[in-house]
Amino acid sequence: MPANFAPSADDMLRFGPETILTIAGTLLMVLDPLFAKKLPRMFGHLSIAALVAAIFAAVAASSVPGLAFSNLLIVDGFGTYFRILVLCIGILAVLSSYMYLEREQAETGEYHALILFSIMGQCVMVTANDLIMIFIGLEISSIATYILAGYLRNDKRNNEAALKYFLLGSFATGFFLYGIAIIYGLTGTTQLGAIRSSLNTPETSLMVAGVAAALMFVGLCFKVSGAPFQVWAPDVYQGAPAPVSAFMATGPKAAAFAIFLRIFLTAFDRIAVSWAPVVWACALASMTIGNFAALTQNNLKRMLAYSSIAHAGYILVALASNSEIGTAAAMFYLGAYALMNLGAFAVIVYISGKGETNLRLEDLAGLGRKQPFTAAMMTVFLLSLIGVPLTGGFFGKFYIFRAALDAHLTWLAVLGLLNSAVAAYYYLRLLVVMYMHEPGEVTNALEAPGPALQAALILPAVGTFFLGILPGTVLSFAQAASSFVK
Amino acid sequence: MPPIPNGVPMSFYLGLSAILFVIGVAGFIFRRNIITVFMCIELMLNAVNLSFVTFANHHKQVAGHIFTFFVMVVAAAEAAVGLAIILTVFKNRTTLNIDEVDSLKN
Repeated sequence: MPANFAPSADDMLRFGPETILTIAGTLLMVLDPLFAKKLPRMFGHLSIAALVAAIFAAVAASSVPGLAFSNLLIVDGFGTYFRILVLCIGILAVLSSYMYLEREQAETGEYHALILFSIMGQCVMVTANDLIMIFIGLEISSIATYILAGYLRNDKRNNEAALKYFLLGSFATGFFLYGIAIIYGLTGTTQLGAIRSSLNTPETSLMVAGVAAALMFVGLCFKVSGAPFQVWAPDVYQGAPAPVSAFMATGPKAAAFAIFLRIFLTAFDRIAVSWAPVVWACALASMTIGNFAALTQNNLKRMLAYSSIAHAGYILVALASNSEIGTAAAMFYLGAYALMNLGAFAVIVYISGKGETNLRLEDLAGLGRKQPFTAAMMTVFLLSLIGVPLTGGFFGKFYIFRAALDAHLTWLAVLGLLNSAVAAYYYLRLLVVMYMHEPGEVTNALEAPGPALQAALILPAVGTFFLGILPGTVLSFAQAASSFVK
Repeated sequence: MPPIPNGVPMSFYLGLSAILFVIGVAGFIFRRNIITVFMCIELMLNAVNLSFVTFANHHKQVAGHIFTFFVMVVAAAEAAVGLAIILTVFKNRTTLNIDEVDSLKN
C-alpha cells in the first residue's frame, strides 16, 4: 500500500471520461428548471457534447496506460475499447431520443443526466481492476437504467418494465455480491491480479473459488440476459421507452460482457476447466431460446428483445472458447451488435408513433415505398443482424465461430451456425413486410425523419459497413487489447 | 477455523449469513407482495454484509468493513429508486400483487 493516497495528475487524466460525464450530468440537472420550457432540445445537444468530450478524454487517458487510484482502476487497451464503445452507444441513444421525447412531450434534463450517469457507471466497470469498483460501477449504471426504464411515470408499460428490471436486477446484484464476499474471504483481496496469483497457490481451495465463480456467473448472466436467466429481458425491452430499450440492450450489456471477460479470464483463469462447460451450455441455451422464441413474436420490440438474447448467446460462445482470439471476437461482435441493434431500434422509434401504439409487424408494411431511405437503413441493420457478408454482423459471427473451432468447440460452432439460419427467417420476414406488402395506415401517415433521427440511422449504417468492409482495423486493436485480460 | 475473540467460531457467522441469503432468495421467488419481495432483496444484501464483516475480522483487515459501507450506500440508493418505482406501480394499478402486474404479453 502506498503511503500517499492523494491522486496524481496522471490518475486524474486516467479518470477523465468519468469526471466529464459526472460534471455534465450534474450540470444538466441544475439547468433543467431554467431551460426546460424555453430550449428543451438543448439538453440533448449538451449531453452529446459531453459524450464527445468524454471520447476525447478516453483517448487522452489511453496515452498514459496503467493503474490509477491505488490499483483500483486500470487503463489498458481493453478498457479503452469498451469506454469508447459505450460512449458511442450513448451518442446514438441520445440521437434517437430527440424524436421520442418531442413526440411524448417529455423533454427534461434528468433523462439525459440519467443516460450520462449510466454511461459513467459503465466506464467505471470496464476500467475497474477491483471487484468492489466493478460492483460500484455496475450499480451506478443499473440504478440509472432502472429509472430510465420507467421514464414515463404515468405509462403502465413503463412502470411494469421498471419494476421487473429493478427487482430482477437487484436480485442478480445480490448473487454477484455474495460471490465477491466469498472470494474476499478466500483470498483476502478483491484485486483481480492478486486473486489470480492467490488462486495459483496450491493451498487455496479451488472448490470454494468455484462456488464464488458460480455465484458471480449467475449475477452476470442476469445482466447480459443469458439463458436461463433471460426471462426479464422480453418484458423489460418491450415495456421501456424504445430509445431506452435500445440503450439497455447495448450499453449495459457491453459493459457487463466486458467485466464478464475481465473477471473470468483474469481472476478465474485457474478454474477455467470448471466454468467453460457451464458457459458452453448457457451459450447454446441462449441462442436456441432467443431465436426460437423470436420466430413467433408479432411485437417488434419483443422480437428484438428475443434476438438480443440470441446475440448474447453468440458472445457467450466466444467466452466459452477462453482464448485471446475469443476475447477479440467478443469485443468485435459487441461493437457490431451495438451498431445494428441501435439502428434497428431507431427505426422502431420512428414508426412507433405517439404512445408507442404502432409496434406490430404489419405496421412496417410498405415502408420501402413510402420512406425508401429509412427502409434502406433498416435493411442494412437486418442484413447485419442475419450476418450477411459486407456487414459487421458477418465478420462478428465469422470471428466468433472461428474462435470456437480453434478451441475445439466444434459442436457449439455447428449448433450456433444452425441457429443463425433459424434467425434469418424472422429478420427476412421483416424485409418481406417492408418491401412486398401494400402500405398501411401507419406507413401512409409517416413524415420524413428529422435530422437527429437521420443521424441515428446513418451513423450506425456507416459503422456497420465499415466493420464489414474493413474489419481488420478494429479487429487488430481488439486483438492487441485482448492480451491485457490474459 | 479460528474462533472470533468472543468465542463463537467463524463458521457460525458464515452459516448464519448463508441461511439469511437463502431465506432472501426463497422469499424473492415465493412471496407475491412487491414490498415483501423487495425486503427479501435487502435481506440478501445484508447477509452478504455479515460475510464481509466476518471475513474482515478473519483477515484482520479494515477493507472488509469498508466494503460493508459501500454495500449499505448502494442498498440505500437502490431502496430510494425501488420504492419510487413501486409507488408509481401502485398509483397506476392500485395493486401490490406481483402476479397482477402482467400487461406485457403478446
